[in-house]
Amino acid sequence: MTSGQSHSYDRLVQAITLLPAHSRMMALSPVDLAIVILYFVAVIGIGFYLRRFTRTGEDFFLAGREMTAWIAGLSFLAANLGSLELMGWAAASYQYGILAAHWYWIGAIPAMLFLAIVMIPFYYISKTHSVPGYLKLRFGEPARALSAISFGLMTVFMSGINMYAMAKVLEVVLGWDINFSIWVSSVTVAAYVVLGGLLSAIFNEVLQFVLIWAGALLISIIGLTEAGGWSGMVAKIHARFPGQDFTHLWSGLGHFSDNPMGINWIGIVFGLGAVISFGYWTTDFLVVQRVIAAKDLRSAKLAPIIGAAFKMCVPFIVILPGLLGLAVLPYKLVGETQALATGAHSYNDVLPLMLARYCGPGLLGLGITALVAGFMSGMAGNVSAFTTVWTYDIYRALIKKDGTDAHFVLVGRWCTVLGVLASIGTAYLVMQFASIMDYVQALFSFFIAPLFGTVLLGMLWKRATGPGGFWGLLAGTGSSIGLWLWVKIDPTALRYVALSSSAKDMAENMFRALWSWIVCVIVTVVVSYVTRPKPEAELVGLVYGCTNLPSEGHLPLYQRPIFWAGVVAAAFLALQVIFW
Amino acid sequence: MHRSDMISIWFFIGALLLLYGILILGAGLHDLVAPPEHPVVLASLHANIWWGGLLILLGLIYTVKFSPKKTK
Repeated sequence: MTSGQSHSYDRLVQAITLLPAHSRMMALSPVDLAIVILYFVAVIGIGFYLRRFTRTGEDFFLAGREMTAWIAGLSFLAANLGSLELMGWAAASYQYGILAAHWYWIGAIPAMLFLAIVMIPFYYISKTHSVPGYLKLRFGEPARALSAISFGLMTVFMSGINMYAMAKVLEVVLGWDINFSIWVSSVTVAAYVVLGGLLSAIFNEVLQFVLIWAGALLISIIGLTEAGGWSGMVAKIHARFPGQDFTHLWSGLGHFSDNPMGINWIGIVFGLGAVISFGYWTTDFLVVQRVIAAKDLRSAKLAPIIGAAFKMCVPFIVILPGLLGLAVLPYKLVGETQALATGAHSYNDVLPLMLARYCGPGLLGLGITALVAGFMSGMAGNVSAFTTVWTYDIYRALIKKDGTDAHFVLVGRWCTVLGVLASIGTAYLVMQFASIMDYVQALFSFFIAPLFGTVLLGMLWKRATGPGGFWGLLAGTGSSIGLWLWVKIDPTALRYVALSSSAKDMAENMFRALWSWIVCVIVTVVVSYVTRPKPEAELVGLVYGCTNLPSEGHLPLYQRPIFWAGVVAAAFLALQVIFW
Repeated sequence: MHRSDMISIWFFIGALLLLYGILILGAGLHDLVAPPEHPVVLASLHANIWWGGLLILLGLIYTVKFSPKKTK
């Protein structure tokens, strides 16, 4: 989840910590329960089945590098498609309208295509097992250690926060005991990742991806039927919320005060589209790991393109239910504070409310399974990425350099268990001190934008040096923390950080990312020019201009990744024009 | 996956969709015979019947196409 994407998610997780479990929103019938239980049996069964195929480190940590483009692509997307993201962005679309779709379109598609065409060749040809591993090859051990330790810690924290938030949602929506939800879901994830490693995580993510669609798609289909199609929905929204624009993507982004998000087009295009999105989709190992597990370079390049094609469709099951809620729900949803004071439903309830509105026995179970599947795919993504980075980039690099392959697989299995236990610990910590969540979310965002600057310069500029990469990353991260603290201590600093005192939290996130990326790039360039560059022979396979990239000229057009990237880019542009 | 001895993930997905389809279609048919006291909005569309049917169809296609016997 990007720091930008995490805005509505932040709001959701902050809000649900305030929610009392006074009553449940819906009850499951026996057939619904059977559907949920079958899901748990299936994912653990797949883990047991795949154990026999997970013998070596390459199998456990990189799924044997044998994934087809489709499996790697769907898993790449599913690892990001957590249930809290589904609920958070449905809530954001009720509150802000279709503007929320920016986080799925300009906030994802260009970066995913850039990853596929420009960056994947270097990740793949260098045979690295992780993003910190690439930094080691390109910039040396200090850059790897900084990146690996921050990634490992943040991944566990994020996983714990997700776990707690999902358990809280299940408590509020279904009345399930929070401890039961935390332990059952995390033990299940631990079981199938320990058994089958990344292979099991990826297989289950593909299954979870299909279930998310099967469970959530129906809300949009029946909702559009009730609203009278898209035009009927727009007319109903205009009638219920006169004077407010919920259905245009770009026309209200001229100034911060012209739209409910309090952001302008510069923040969306350069902060979200150019820095945060590229930082997350191209350097967060949680998603990149799925792509480098592909069976060959062409599959690795196609995987993010397939992911991008499906990512473009996700607003149909996330943003549209929020818009439909604006059109058809007989009452208006309110902010969390007001909801607590008045007993009304909040924005965050929109997806469960729409689910309960249309889905009878059986379908309700499928919808709840979709939410649980989303949560588990996100958690398994975090845990498997943590396991790889901890084992290869921290344990093997800093603690035990001479272990056997079997030893590292064993360590990986134990790391999975420890990672899950640490996540559970974080979940209980958050239960006691909800404010921790704000800080961990912010902390996670500090590393993403500068890391993109470091990796990008590493891949595209052969003059970048090891000290340049390390100090650039450190300075970028430090500047991000500094800007965050500045606004925390003095809120009026917002007019400098986000260029306007009308800017809201989201704009602050966008601009902070932009500044930290710029600081990272400037420091990397300056330090590189005053330090000795690596010989070109050591940059083969790591940097553009020093690496012979395999030609795809012999392939027919429809088999070339660049062709499909062009098709996805054209569809992306068409969507911007249609919903302008 | 390249490993010829491994059952395809699409087979597992097909099998689960098939089971889900049967359960959801069954629940829909039960609602048809004994309508619930508090029906959902647009219950007249009988979404669980046709959605269950669709899942059965998809499940059958995937389990047959990626059946372990067929792919070996």
